[in-house]
Amino acid sequence: MFDLHDRRAFLRAAIAAGAAWATTDVADVEAAFAWSSGQTAAGKRPVTTLTTAQADVVEAVTARILPAVDGRPGALEAGAIHFIDRALATFNSAQKTLYSDGVADLNRRATAASPGTASFAALSAAQQDDVLRQVERTPFFQAVWFDTIVGTFGLPTLGGNRDYAGWHMLGFEHQPSFQAPFGYYDAEIAKRG
Amino acid sequence: MVQTARPSARFRPADVVDFVIVGSGAAGGIMAKELSTAGFSVVVLEQGPRLTEAQFIHDEFGMLMRNQYVNDPSTQPHTFRATPQDRAAQALSLIYGRMVGGSNAHFTGNCWRLRPSDFNEASRLGGVPRSALADWPITYDDLEPYYTKVDWELGVSGEPGPFDAKRSKGYPMPPLPVKSSGVLMDKGAGALGLHSHPSPMAINSQPYNGRPPCQHCGFCLFFMCEFRAKSTSMAVMLPLAEATGRCEIRAGSYVARVEMGTDGKAAGVSYFDAQKRLQLQRARAVVLCANGAETPRLLLNSATSRFSSGLANSSGMVGKHLMFNTYFGVDAQFEHPLNEYKSVQNTRIVTDFYESDPKRGHYGGGAIDARFGRYPITFALQGLPPGSPTWGEGFARSLAQQYTRSMFFGCHGTSLPRETNSVAIDPDLKDAWGLPCMRVTYQDHPDDLKNARFLVDKALQIAQAAGALKAWPETVGPQAQSVHLLGTCRMGNDPRTSVIDKYHRAHDVKNLFICDGSSLVTSSRGQPTMTISALAFRAGEHIAGFAKRGEI
Repeated sequence: MFDLHDRRAFLRAAIAAGAAWATTDVADVEAAFAWSSGQTAAGKRPVTTLTTAQADVVEAVTARILPAVDGRPGALEAGAIHFIDRALATFNSAQKTLYSDGVADLNRRATAASPGTASFAALSAAQQDDVLRQVERTPFFQAVWFDTIVGTFGLPTLGGNRDYAGWHMLGFEHQPSFQAPFGYYDAEIAKRG
Repeated sequence: MVQTARPSARFRPADVVDFVIVGSGAAGGIMAKELSTAGFSVVVLEQGPRLTEAQFIHDEFGMLMRNQYVNDPSTQPHTFRATPQDRAAQALSLIYGRMVGGSNAHFTGNCWRLRPSDFNEASRLGGVPRSALADWPITYDDLEPYYTKVDWELGVSGEPGPFDAKRSKGYPMPPLPVKSSGVLMDKGAGALGLHSHPSPMAINSQPYNGRPPCQHCGFCLFFMCEFRAKSTSMAVMLPLAEATGRCEIRAGSYVARVEMGTDGKAAGVSYFDAQKRLQLQRARAVVLCANGAETPRLLLNSATSRFSSGLANSSGMVGKHLMFNTYFGVDAQFEHPLNEYKSVQNTRIVTDFYESDPKRGHYGGGAIDARFGRYPITFALQGLPPGSPTWGEGFARSLAQQYTRSMFFGCHGTSLPRETNSVAIDPDLKDAWGLPCMRVTYQDHPDDLKNARFLVDKALQIAQAAGALKAWPETVGPQAQSVHLLGTCRMGNDPRTSVIDKYHRAHDVKNLFICDGSSLVTSSRGQPTMTISALAFRAGEHIAGFAKRGEI
């Protein structure tokens, strides 16, 4: 619903700004709404490609790559795992084995680090960081790293960045319209006249 | 703005139209408007889809990493090698807009004119070793009226800079409001005795010809404008062309060959329609505006027994002299939020280093602009200084702290034309339509990289003088990828060393015209769109004149 809202906000602003197309392409606008809402519904699905146990591990990795700090949301809060799961089902299907092998490897390392622990997800954050430092140069970690960033900072229609959590983390506002002054330095000049 | 009041024209491929234009971008859109308003029937063939503003989405991932609106290497791959001695491998080296409106639909909006000095550097400097630097067959004065046409017919915001060439008319709109990056550029450049001034932008700063002003949403670069505030072919020229009732824009048309008649003239072009059926659009004349990559590829793929080395290629120069421009820069972090994600890409430029100066010990010139250029994903991937944490709490904290406090000083520089830098046909690779693919050969001239380092060094000084808490330069090294595709069918008076004459007519084929980035003789200082657009207005006027006088 967030991108649907986003589209509507842009269109409203476009109409307010007098953009001629906004009143002439009504059918296209409605089609875009329908497409956008379908995309968003798809984004709310639970994991379908990874198993729940695998998803728990990958989600734990995303939470250590981009943890919530200073009261700001991180990759977990943004639901980056849902982007990863959807990507593995579609355009990133070539990395399914990389992911399942990588998860199995993390679980083995978790057991070695903490005998009796079967899942990386069950380790403490500090233990997880220790394990991740062992693998941070592997193709698996690099893949999760990249996908965590896209899943946290990409459009919510891709499956992650829930409630724009990733963008809130950065202080990035996605709005159809801003007015000057935009930042501290141009505001200073404007004040001085 | 003139909205389409009657349905745009529809032609059958078998109809002999006056002109078939290949490509609908910066040049193709202007060409379509000029020729259709002059009274001619026109079909524009565009390989990409036709999108409306309601379909635009701010999907950074789709745009930058999934090739949503650009050439798709999965169906139309090409190969790259640095030198003829290297083995070419598949790569995404050349990137161009693939949609009605072309790259111009999602360009930044920079609208820099050339200066008089750009047109005769070869003779003035006495040439540059290991380059094919040449003079243009036209002068700044020849092109000036058409730069002014771009300013006024499309709509450019700005104010004359201290070193600009003379203009016959002022800008139609004042500059866009300065951003924090621009204020910092003013400060840093001013402290060094340099001249920071407003960037000329093809973006409305106020209502213009029925289109609204910029809303400052921040998605110009790589994205199309929902508001039609960006003055593009898509927003301005193509609607005017269609409104004549004489122009059809046929999206999803992938051109295969220019077809020649037995009279030695072009008879039309064959293309695959959206269902991949081969069609032949007949025309009295053919105009290629397919960009500096696809135009030479099309000519080379149109070889016949009479033109065995490719159409319009008796000089052997089709595809040669590919120029990218250099683009490197300096990242900087400041104490307070700049919020560079808002509004247009850049509001200030420094052009003190525009002219090539022998005292620097190398050929080249350029300009520096104050910009950001990083959407959230790109910033997280590469926006922090070297040595920063790449994951964990330090990573998250740095991103949160720096996203709003970062900017980039972009350094745009010259590329020398070299005969070995080229778009040719790959001997093995075929695209999804069965057509031979491009093989790109490109290696920067040593002077290009020296010039880029010179500019980056100046930008670093500006960043430091502006009070950056941290500033770090990009490493200048060989370029293997570009969105500026220039010089591959250069214009000139001598048919032995150029592909088209100064009116954009192919030396070898009377009714074949070429106008796009391939026409440029030199590379510009890094922002070629304004010149491509002005050339298109000029060429359109001359081509219409030839057609009216029965000279095609």
